[in-house]
Amino acid sequence: MNSTFQFISFSDPNVLFVVLGTMILGASAAIVGCFSFLRKRALVGDAIAHSILPGVCLAFMVSGSKNPFYLIIGAFITGWLSLLLIDGITRTTKIKSDTAIGIILSVFFGVGILLLTSIQHSGNAAQAGLDKFLFGKAASLTKDDIYVFSSIAIVLVIVVVLFYKEFKLISFNPDYAKVIGLPVRFLEFLLATITVLAVAVGIQAVGVVLMAALLITPASGARFWTDKLSTMILIATLFGAASGFLGSYISYIAPAMPTGPWIVMCLSLLTIGSIWFAPKTGMLSKFRVQKENNRKILIENVLKLFYHLGERTNGFKDERSTTALLETRDLRIKELQRGLNLLKQSHWVRKKGENWVITESGLTEAKRIIKLHRLWEMYLNQRLKLQPDHVHNDAEAIEHIITPQLEIELEKELNYPTKDPHESIIPYNE
Amino acid sequence: MISIETHNLTVSYNKRPVLWNIDFELPTGSIVGIIGPNGSGKTTLLKAIMGLVPTSSGYVKIFDKDLADVRQRISYVPQRESVDWDFPASVMDIVLMGRYKKANLMKRISKADLEIAAEALEKVNMLEFSNRQISQLSGGQQQRVFIARSLAQGADLYIMDEPFVGVDAATEEAILNLLSDMKKEGKTVVVVHHDLQTAKDYFDWIVLLNTRMVAAGPKDEIFKEELLQEAYGGKLNVLSKVGDLMKEKAFNVREK
Amino acid sequence: MEAFWIILVGSLIAVSCAILGSYLILRKMAMVGDAISHAVLPGIVIAYLLSGSRETLPMLLGAAFLGVLTTILIELFYKKARLQIDASIGITFTWLFAIGIILISLFAGQVDLDQDCVLYGEIAYVPLDLWVTESGYNMGPRTVWIASGLLLLIVLFIWKGYKGLFITTFNEEFAKALGIGVAFWHYALMGAVSLTTVVSFESVGAILVVALLIVPPATAYLITTNLKKMLVLASIFGILSAFGGYYLAAAINGSIAGAMATVAGILFGIVWVAILMQKRRPSKTAINYLD
Repeated sequence: MNSTFQFISFSDPNVLFVVLGTMILGASAAIVGCFSFLRKRALVGDAIAHSILPGVCLAFMVSGSKNPFYLIIGAFITGWLSLLLIDGITRTTKIKSDTAIGIILSVFFGVGILLLTSIQHSGNAAQAGLDKFLFGKAASLTKDDIYVFSSIAIVLVIVVVLFYKEFKLISFNPDYAKVIGLPVRFLEFLLATITVLAVAVGIQAVGVVLMAALLITPASGARFWTDKLSTMILIATLFGAASGFLGSYISYIAPAMPTGPWIVMCLSLLTIGSIWFAPKTGMLSKFRVQKENNRKILIENVLKLFYHLGERTNGFKDERSTTALLETRDLRIKELQRGLNLLKQSHWVRKKGENWVITESGLTEAKRIIKLHRLWEMYLNQRLKLQPDHVHNDAEAIEHIITPQLEIELEKELNYPTKDPHESIIPYNE
Repeated sequence: MISIETHNLTVSYNKRPVLWNIDFELPTGSIVGIIGPNGSGKTTLLKAIMGLVPTSSGYVKIFDKDLADVRQRISYVPQRESVDWDFPASVMDIVLMGRYKKANLMKRISKADLEIAAEALEKVNMLEFSNRQISQLSGGQQQRVFIARSLAQGADLYIMDEPFVGVDAATEEAILNLLSDMKKEGKTVVVVHHDLQTAKDYFDWIVLLNTRMVAAGPKDEIFKEELLQEAYGGKLNVLSKVGDLMKEKAFNVREK
Repeated sequence: MEAFWIILVGSLIAVSCAILGSYLILRKMAMVGDAISHAVLPGIVIAYLLSGSRETLPMLLGAAFLGVLTTILIELFYKKARLQIDASIGITFTWLFAIGIILISLFAGQVDLDQDCVLYGEIAYVPLDLWVTESGYNMGPRTVWIASGLLLLIVLFIWKGYKGLFITTFNEEFAKALGIGVAFWHYALMGAVSLTTVVSFESVGAILVVALLIVPPATAYLITTNLKKMLVLASIFGILSAFGGYYLAAAINGSIAGAMATVAGILFGIVWVAILMQKRRPSKTAINYLD
């Protein structure tokens, strides 16, 4: 706990640099990544990341120094070159885009490794630390790094804010953007440029291989929480920054742990968490909806049993034993019990000794479901021209889903029929 | 004798039904056209018949049997655009695929296979192209290659997805001649087609489709103003609303 | 002799990669190959931890398992969570790779793998790891035997599975309609890619396997329209990359694996430019001069 306190209090200025640095990098990559994600260019980001390595090495070979400014310029040039080449290959040959990305990614990286190892073997003392680009150097970020990163992050944010509407349009509807006369090529160029920038700086935190995650994973996770782009960017930024914080925290309390991979780990877990727990689109929410559907189906089906028996004996409110109820429908006794108990809670049935009785409100509800069932059978018979013996199964399902509004439409369209295709009476509630 | 029977066939995509309760029986030895506007589920119907998409209710019987038992007797011609024609293969390579079976997949191609494939190419007037690379074919030639591949299967029932789309006059005629030959041999051909004008000349039995089945029968019974109006006059309002609801609430067409 | 062994191992691996890579790019699965090559890392580390050594068999099993798991994970993200395919691939491989690196750091004392080796391998050490039989007979470098075994396996797979791979790659739906087990061929190929990745892993590193998987087949794809020729040409480009890479690396004293990828890229560039130049000229048979 002591070390946690030390971490949070930032009593060590180096800790502050690391945390700030990784958070800025995580956040700026996440913002740009939202657009890569929406434009389905997730793997292009991966290619840019790999292509930056030779640029960094060349910049070092030319300038002879590890000044972050020179290195970023080198990174920027080869990053951009990779985009142009991917585009060129797909445009002029029959090679598809995934292969083109793979070619550029692996060849540029290979060249980068060749140059890097060659520099290392050359015995130049200044080169030490160049290999940090491979796996990131989050744990050793300095004050100077923070200045460079924050200025680039500010530039990114300004560009995104200024061109927010235009970027949104070319992400969702590039054809329309062209039609209304937006300078699509310029906007794409701008977006590509800030992507390369974000990758060039982000690489310093997590390294070449994991950079794609910094771009794409927060955006993928954020997508589950919202349909709105601005909210999505906000959540992705939050994910990026939070992972930066957590990653540096973990490697602080356990110094053997690498920061970059832990940032990616946190991002992945946040995204997988989103896939499960996000409201509406999350897996759990889907299961819950399924469960609710099943519950609704069960109670409505049990309610119908009372109606069917009532129709037969001409006494809707007679007492029914569970055995009698089971006769009309293939239902397990346990299910029936569960349904009856649920109905009791809604006061749609009462228990009378060992037997069950439907209440007035229960009967109204039962009539509604029976009506929907028979109306749908009628609809299938009249509009889809299905034979009367083919309509029942479908109506068994659809009866549970028709809303009151659709119910009115259905009644009107069929002109308030009194009987279904099997000549059973359609009950209307007064 | 019935070639294909569908019974209450419903196919859903993301829980929303794209085909509702399709119910029909097709006779053997006829050329059947499946007709309907764009997005009416024609291709989905073929895929459901071939077991390529999961169905949410109902069943399909072919020659009164399950698909798995009669697979050898059915041949499927997918849409031309569904494959990558840049694939490094020759016309002959593609047609020989018609001779592939689960049982001979590990075996070499036999001389008999080669002869049958050549015969099939002959039937679509493409024999001279047998060594041509498929990337060099025109749209019509691609279509004829696909049909030759299907012929090489030697099936009794042929299921073709939009074979007339984007083909030249020569190909159209070649396909039509082939269809009438096949009919003479007592084979059944089911064709998805989107052009109403030509449908009347091409087919002798029609299934009119628009997410639900509007009508099915001999062409003279189907080509009536009111039926066509019904099929092409838009979707059924209530039906599509129910479909939307099912998607929204993740509701199954059958309970559980 | 050293040069011979290194080039031999490089060539053996390059040919295995070229053959499988040809199918990957035709199936538009190049990036899935990339993902697998990253994602086998945790499998290798876990196998290492369980077996306590660099035994070949546990590593192969661990990697093959992770390779197939990768494709399953990608499919889960894609089909169940409804994420787009590129994002599904990106999330999966970065996550698994991060897990691999974390495991290496966690068990640094027990796992004799370092991060650089993961990235670009140690093909230069191939001649040092000799297989000496119990009677003391020197069989040559161990890796040569493993890489030969792998190549043999893959050639056998392609020979026996030629028709199956051909039809499921060209037209999956048609294959399904014939009742052919499409999933079987998919997973068999993915399993083979995983095996190749792990065998190549020690020599050329996880990332540069990708270069050998994608670049030579893509180069071959540009100049032929015949699958069998493509397989052969891709293998030739792979071997050329191994040769060229060795001498390039020696010339500038750099990583041999990096140099192999560089040469593969240069070969691709030459072919690409040649084709572009031919297209400019009004000759109709631009692409197919090899057929």
